[in-house]
Amino acid sequence: MAEVTLLETRGLGRSFEALKAVDGVDFKLAEGEIRAIIGPNGAGKSTFVSLLSGRIPPSEGQVIFAGQDVSKLPAHKRVRLGIAYTFQITNIYPSLTVLENVEIAAQSRLKPQLFGGAGEAEIRAAAAEAAAAVGLGDRLETVAGVLAYGHQRLLEVAMGLALKPRLLILDEPTQGLSDSEIANFIEVVRRVNREATVLVIEHNMDVVLALADRITVLERGRLLAEGTPAEITANAAVQAAYLGEPA
Amino acid sequence: MDLAPYLLLAGLEGLVQASVLMLTALGLSLVFGVMRVVNVAHGEFFMAGALIAWACGAYIPGPPALGFIAGLLVAPLAVGALAWAADRTILQKIGYNPEGTIVSTIGMLYILQQGALLTFGPDARAVDAPFYYTIRTPWFGYSSYKLFTVAVAFALVAALWLLMRKSKVGLLMRATQFDRETALNFGIPVGKVYSAVFAIGAMMAAVAGVLVVPNQQAHYLMGTDPLLLSFVVVIVGGLGSIPGTIAAAVLIGLSDGLLSVFFSPTLAKIVSTLLVALVLIFKPEGLFTVKGRRA
Amino acid sequence: MSLDTTQAPPETGRGSPARLIHNGRLFALVLATIAGLFALQFVLSDYLVLAVTRILIMAVFAMGYNMLMGYTGLLSLGHAMFFGAGLYAAGLSSYYWGTSLPVSFLIGILASLAFSFVIGLLALRTQGVSFMIVTLMFAQAAYLATLYFSRVTGGDQGLTLPTDARSFSLFGAAMDMTSDTVRFNLALAIFAAVLVAMYFVTQGPLGRLFAAVRENEPRTQMLGFDTYRVRLAAFTISGTISGLAGALYGLVFGYIGSAFAGFHYSIEALLFTLVGGPGTLLGPLLGTAVMTMLIDRLSGITTAYLMIVGVILILVNRWFPKGILGTIRERALPWLK
Repeated sequence: MAEVTLLETRGLGRSFEALKAVDGVDFKLAEGEIRAIIGPNGAGKSTFVSLLSGRIPPSEGQVIFAGQDVSKLPAHKRVRLGIAYTFQITNIYPSLTVLENVEIAAQSRLKPQLFGGAGEAEIRAAAAEAAAAVGLGDRLETVAGVLAYGHQRLLEVAMGLALKPRLLILDEPTQGLSDSEIANFIEVVRRVNREATVLVIEHNMDVVLALADRITVLERGRLLAEGTPAEITANAAVQAAYLGEPA
Repeated sequence: MDLAPYLLLAGLEGLVQASVLMLTALGLSLVFGVMRVVNVAHGEFFMAGALIAWACGAYIPGPPALGFIAGLLVAPLAVGALAWAADRTILQKIGYNPEGTIVSTIGMLYILQQGALLTFGPDARAVDAPFYYTIRTPWFGYSSYKLFTVAVAFALVAALWLLMRKSKVGLLMRATQFDRETALNFGIPVGKVYSAVFAIGAMMAAVAGVLVVPNQQAHYLMGTDPLLLSFVVVIVGGLGSIPGTIAAAVLIGLSDGLLSVFFSPTLAKIVSTLLVALVLIFKPEGLFTVKGRRA
Repeated sequence: MSLDTTQAPPETGRGSPARLIHNGRLFALVLATIAGLFALQFVLSDYLVLAVTRILIMAVFAMGYNMLMGYTGLLSLGHAMFFGAGLYAAGLSSYYWGTSLPVSFLIGILASLAFSFVIGLLALRTQGVSFMIVTLMFAQAAYLATLYFSRVTGGDQGLTLPTDARSFSLFGAAMDMTSDTVRFNLALAIFAAVLVAMYFVTQGPLGRLFAAVRENEPRTQMLGFDTYRVRLAAFTISGTISGLAGALYGLVFGYIGSAFAGFHYSIEALLFTLVGGPGTLLGPLLGTAVMTMLIDRLSGITTAYLMIVGVILILVNRWFPKGILGTIRERALPWLK
């Protein structure tokens, strides 16, 4: 099977004052894979995915998504092209219900413009389906702000799913989850992967090894290594970078 | 026609207006700088100061100077106490939430303005100047009292500067302004500092009101213009920046004095309100501050 | 987890009415309110019918304001400029060009649409406190402009529309703006139309985006929406409805003046919305009715009656920031949106 490149960066960089948070990264992501990005704290992982999603503009280099240069596009336009992003810190609509939260995402896909597009019933059904897919089907009318933390993280993913993205970026999704919640989460991500490419920043190596087809290691804003889980765990440079760092 | 006397007169008038404006605007700027509170009732503190000065002049027997001095003491104390109480009972209770604060100070504006109407009635009240010496120029005589206002205003601004830079109170204020959380962690009584700042800001407006009232009659609706002009000064000078505020007050006071000789005052006000809006939209750091660095 | 917000399961909406009406109880309440208001003219005195006419028009203004402040979470301090834009565009075209009432009304609406769109383009580049000051300053400039051009606008004194400009024929029937009954029913008809339109906007996909921007703007961006455009839509709709109210006010009462564009009218819209309940469909009507009646009573007692505006602003802000209907929604009726 020939690999199709979904996302590519060329010399992508971002500086804050004198600090180069991301420094000339060349990166390729194949359609359909689950890719994990790991690296010590401050390696520039979050900045890197923020550059992909368009939350921060790059200082240099390009982001190419599905063959199109998206470097200059604002975040909301990249979402419409199929790049969905879930926040590291839970970022939902706390005073709206679970269903209403997901409906906003579903509307973005089904009714992208003010006029035309799908009707309310269709939006509602799509939202309910996305919520059910992450296991929140029985909590549709619950106000999101009172959900348990783990469920709020799942709601984030449901909103990402309702966008039916080609690429779903998850920024430290399992942080703060219990072991059983993590097991469930891994199942959810595998299901998502049937339809979307997944790029996940993750600290928990068990999750990384359970999910990732390939792993990319960043260190001090640069690409340190890339390979299969087996290659990465055997890589001396990676071990050196993590020396003394709790992985 | 010789233009020089007109320009000199307009320049003097502008200077007088600039100095009063500087006092009022610094009060607004101080409150915003330290507390991040936009005090829409600021002009009413000015108005209250003016009406209290009138009351002192009207009810204290003896020469006008006596009433004037009494006004200069009573007005800021009374208005300061009022502002202190308003901070404790209203602003502090809503946690200085920005929108709630603006809505509450609008409420204060109505209460003060209507309270003044209830107490002093709708008439404009004139106040005698404490002294009447006229300074002669080759073309016209000029009131020495007006120049006295300029001197007092600059002296008070210098005093404020010393207070902020050299005293312990000033240090507490600056620390709170710099970082509220850290100030709290260092045991600075932020709540008390806020109340004091709100009171001091109001007192500056009140003193400006006292100073202005021999030149201009006191009236319950007189707070609108100083509020508007203070906004112009504070925003053009850069929100919360004291040197920027002083520079803008002098510039705007002078140009307003000059412009209103040649143009309609309404037109001048339209231009200055639009200027505020456009500065906030296109250059929110103010016209006198270098980007990224606040003087 | 037991939570009493769990009401009926979501209507999947296959039948035709359910497809359009997602919040049936609220819609029923809207219809009942309109019917109740219609009945008022048969029981109230002439004086009160006139008072209710004014309340209905001011409630339209407050509903326009609520669209922005309550539903989208943007607090403007200058909505009198849009009320004034509608008032002056409608009134001046009638006064100088002799346009018929419906045409003047339309001109008022179009003028406020254009005006609020342009002001929105500029003001929405700012947020929070800056947004409030910018709207305040634009409104102040607009108000001063009505004074500066007093040769045209009549300034503070205002202009009284000539008698022949105060009637029009509707399907052959003469509509005379000097008749209390005609004025009341016209105001009610337009109020009802705006209320129903507001229902569909706020309870539909656009209203969902307004709420999304109010609750969490960055997240809404990351779900693919250009939130600046969402805010601009809310601002323009809000300004246009406010202008519509202004046009109606000027034409129904036959008088236009600077005071209607002044600071106090901006604050009235805020006050009425705040008291009734920001982000509730019927809150503005309730707030307008309560506050207008209160101010009306007080003005008979003291000249300083506007003090109540200040007192209520502070009290509501401190103890009832959700207003009357917002508090009821929170405690008992979650569908009251």
